[in-house]
Amino acid sequence: MLVVDGITKNFGGFVAVNGVSFEVRAGEILGLIGPNGSGKSTLFNLISGALRASAGSVKFDGQEIAGMPPDRVCHLGVARTFQIPRPFGSLSLMENVALSAFFGQEGKVTRPQAWRQAEEALALVNLPTDGVATPENLGAAGLKKLELARALATQPRLLLADESLGGLDEAEMDQAADMLDRVRRERGVTIIWVEHIMGVLMRLVDRVMVLDHGELIAEGLPREVAADRRVIEVYFGRDYEAHGESGQPAGPEI
Amino acid sequence: MSLGAVNTGLTGARALQAAGIGVLLILPFLGGSDYFMHILIQVLIWAFIYTSWALMGRLGLVSLGHGAFMGIGAYTVVLLWNFLGITPWLGIPIGVVLAVLLALVIGFPCFRFRIVGHYFALVTLALGEVVRLTIIALRDHTGGSLGLTPNRFGDGTSWYALQFADKEYFYYIALAVWLAGLGIWVLVDRSMMRYALIAVGEDEGAAASLGIRVTVQKLRITALSAALTALGGGLYAQYLTYVNPSIVSGVTVSLHIVFAVIVGGMFTAFGPTVGALFTITLSEILRISFGAQIIGLDLSIYGLLLILFIIFLPKGILGSLQDLAAKRAREAKAD
Ligand SMILES: Nc1ncnc2c1ncn2[C@@H]1O[C@H](COP(=O)(O)OP(=O)(O)OP(=O)(O)O)[C@@H](O)[C@H]1O
Ligand SMILES: [Mg+2]
Repeated sequence: MLVVDGITKNFGGFVAVNGVSFEVRAGEILGLIGPNGSGKSTLFNLISGALRASAGSVKFDGQEIAGMPPDRVCHLGVARTFQIPRPFGSLSLMENVALSAFFGQEGKVTRPQAWRQAEEALALVNLPTDGVATPENLGAAGLKKLELARALATQPRLLLADESLGGLDEAEMDQAADMLDRVRRERGVTIIWVEHIMGVLMRLVDRVMVLDHGELIAEGLPREVAADRRVIEVYFGRDYEAHGESGQPAGPEI
Repeated sequence: MSLGAVNTGLTGARALQAAGIGVLLILPFLGGSDYFMHILIQVLIWAFIYTSWALMGRLGLVSLGHGAFMGIGAYTVVLLWNFLGITPWLGIPIGVVLAVLLALVIGFPCFRFRIVGHYFALVTLALGEVVRLTIIALRDHTGGSLGLTPNRFGDGTSWYALQFADKEYFYYIALAVWLAGLGIWVLVDRSMMRYALIAVGEDEGAAASLGIRVTVQKLRITALSAALTALGGGLYAQYLTYVNPSIVSGVTVSLHIVFAVIVGGMFTAFGPTVGALFTITLSEILRISFGAQIIGLDLSIYGLLLILFIIFLPKGILGSLQDLAAKRAREAKAD
């Protein structure tokens, strides 16, 4: 469904994403992990068109989308959430999501349809659909849900979920994870899921990729990746590696 | 408030509007003086232009160069009439098209390269000056800063030439155009485009990622605003039967538009109209009390008022009154 080939992004002399190649299969949830600043969000920005790649290609259903503006990428069926939520504060939740449904599928839905889809999307993430509630009083978790609802309202086939955010407690995190799982099961949306906290992610994803300093250092089943030496090194430093070899349960848990 | 109360409130507003329009329709028969009619026509035409500006201004696209579009509308119609004998019925639409083309030519690079906020305002400010200077530079045809008078046609009253000896004609034309402007405001207000532009105004990146074609949406509202402003300019030229760069173009006009809209309130349909009423009444009072002795005094007073308004009544007269009324209503309900 998505084929990324040698994608690279330089900010001045700094290489944030360096020759990353991978494939996403229709229907899967692909986890994307890596330490702070490893280039996960930048990779999303490159796929979604928010940033222009310095080199490399991104093909969505065989069509080259690298270099396309973000609105066209969205229209083709790739939606993304922002790590730091970016709600439209002067609009209600319904308006936030309905305009996403309307313009995310511009020309393909009528206004009433857009409003219906907005209701569905908000209901899916358990946010009020009354048309009165605004983003103002949503907490961190609520704002993340709104991000998700807006992205889903565009009726994507591929969702780039940048969920890595501190500030959610464990219950909220589990909830967020379940939500993504439901999105995949009920709507058949393919998902790339960025998460800091590996525990929840590992439970639900089909495969995991690990970025470090802009490079893809591991890719495979959660079990395999969690046991990968380089991944353990990157995540926990050499100390942990020593423990891991002395018979500790394999793989990062938290 | 119960649903019934909301309904009565709505019907009340409807009735008030209908009554207001009724009064406006029969006004010329009530025997007002020519001076009174002149003020009314001015208010209507300017209110239309202010409304046109506010269509984009309230959505975060603050133009300080709408004098450019007004000037194009005004000069196109007069020049075509005087030099080519083209009727204003064609001249005005041609002016509108030219204004739209200019809006697109300026808007496209601005929006494409994300020139927003102050920078956008500055670009438009420059645009207004460029148009004014162009008009002056073409003085062989435009009469430079001395201005230009459309050639009189026949005995001075002709639909073909859009010239009328009696004020009633222009009054009704201005009334119709003003009402159309309010209608367009309401349409935009209810459109999805408005949501798109609010989203864009708050966060372009987020809006684009949700499929909003930022440049296209901004160009649409800018073109609409420019078109209506040019129409207002053309009409104003026909009414005054005189144009010069400082009354239909240039920075003074552009800033005047912004000032009036801020004073009236740009977030509500009648705000710009209230702004027109206020500024025109004010300038007439100043003119009558001080005459021509102190030329430019009105501008100083405008400047001062503008500062006061931005600080104390950022929502303008009408916007603030509406807030006050809403507050009263809430308090009444609480009792
Ligand atoms: N617009 C930019 N200009 C310059 N540098 C940038 C820009 N965006 C990101 N970077 C840098 O690129 C690197 C990768 O950032 P990115 O946000 O992709 O990391 P991340 O993996 O998402 O991190 P986190 O887990 O903290 O969200 C960081 O060092 C960051 O400072
Ligand atoms: Mg990130």
